[in-house]
Amino acid sequence: MTAICAGVLALQGSVEPHLRALSRAGVDPIELRRPDQLDQITHLVLPGGESTTLHHLLELHSLSSEIPQRVEAGDLALLGTCAGAILMGRECQESPPRWNLIDVEFQRNGYGRQVHSFIEPIEWIAGPGPGASEGIFIRAPRIGQLSPPVEVIATLGTEAVAVRQERCVACTFHPELTEDDRLHRWFLSL
Amino acid sequence: MNDQFSTPMRGIGSTDEFRTKVGLAEMLRGGVIMDVTTAEQARIAQQAGAVAVMALERVPSDIRRDGGVARMSPVDKVREIQQTVDIPVMAKARIGHFIEGEILQALEVDFIDESEVLTPADHAHHIEKNRFKVPFVCGATNLGEALRRIGEGAAMLRTKGEAGTGDVTEAVRHLRLIRGQIRSLTQADPEEWMSIAKELAAPYHLVCQVAKEGRLPVPNFAAGGIATPADAALMMRLGAEAIFVGSGIFKAEDPLLTAKAIVHATSHFDDALQLAEASSGLGAAMAGIDATKLPEDERLQVRGW
Repeated sequence: MTAICAGVLALQGSVEPHLRALSRAGVDPIELRRPDQLDQITHLVLPGGESTTLHHLLELHSLSSEIPQRVEAGDLALLGTCAGAILMGRECQESPPRWNLIDVEFQRNGYGRQVHSFIEPIEWIAGPGPGASEGIFIRAPRIGQLSPPVEVIATLGTEAVAVRQERCVACTFHPELTEDDRLHRWFLSL
Repeated sequence: MNDQFSTPMRGIGSTDEFRTKVGLAEMLRGGVIMDVTTAEQARIAQQAGAVAVMALERVPSDIRRDGGVARMSPVDKVREIQQTVDIPVMAKARIGHFIEGEILQALEVDFIDESEVLTPADHAHHIEKNRFKVPFVCGATNLGEALRRIGEGAAMLRTKGEAGTGDVTEAVRHLRLIRGQIRSLTQADPEEWMSIAKELAAPYHLVCQVAKEGRLPVPNFAAGGIATPADAALMMRLGAEAIFVGSGIFKAEDPLLTAKAIVHATSHFDDALQLAEASSGLGAAMAGIDATKLPEDERLQVRGW
């Protein structure tokens, strides 16, 4: 088995909180800005930020094609939070373009604007679970219709808020803004 | 564990509401927030990769040129901009004008900038921002001013710089001063913290927090006079966590190209080859004014108390 090397996409967004979480989880993550750095890593985190900005910056250096290619080839595991999750979803009417890595539609700002951002406990039903964590939802996307092979790993009430398909994990809230790193630890085990 | 991560996550220990406010500021890091006066400009900003737009009545260089009272953006314009883009929409309110704040909150803007660029409504007091659900950003020229604004509830700070000049020098001065003051505070004995709080006219508990953590409790962005990709990268290298560009985009010869280039440079601020690439083929930047030669009554940065 190859050694685990993790990176955080460091083009825009909450990069530092993810670096902290990965570092607490026992790895020494790199900040990824260029395609050639993809050779160094086995696990990549796509942070929260603005999905249209991330898309624009990913396009500049062909990362928007390189990353999905490596995931499809089985060389890279992906964890996306919030804006990062949106990029991994199923192609839909909304911008920005999606990568079709997880067969789910993410609706941007699904709970409304910033005044509707909130913190509520979420329940891990698979993945790093069982158990509850603090869910910080900031202008969060909402997960649409689900079907296999997508597995729900966390819920808020009856609603899915984190999903997994193979080695791709997408989460609509922000575990990196808490000191609870069980999602990151579990992700590194994929 | 890496030493740089030894301080706690920002927001931990605060109320849930404050944490979601600081959380949005965290999401904007490494990005560019662009001043816009119309829905069409907002569309261009989003297309260029802005992380947010800032709605205002007139860009700072026009306020400077035309004078008169500069107020909150007209409500219809704010609504139009909100309907045009999906990225966060911020808007400016006058210093101390809590009614403009309440109106902008009712419109559900994502962030309010209580800004010295507009004509102050109150020459002694700022808005009490803790009672608002919507987060606020405020300008600061030094550590005392920064901590007073956080004490009032600001969830993000920015340098004031000297808006509308296209001259980055005042933003550089403010950022260096705040960083220097934080550094010297971390060297002080705990017995000195109260005297420092008195000297800075800053809340004691925030002085203690900065002394222990060595950084501000909320993200600090750069604003005021940033006009080129190189200016944006300079501010990032000096430790700013994101960039506000006011007149620099829509007063440039080619706003879309300039906006894209500043987004590129802010993301790759540490890579000179990328900065050279971002800076090529742009056309003329906005015309500038030497900010150090402005008469005292034309300096916007002195507004704020």
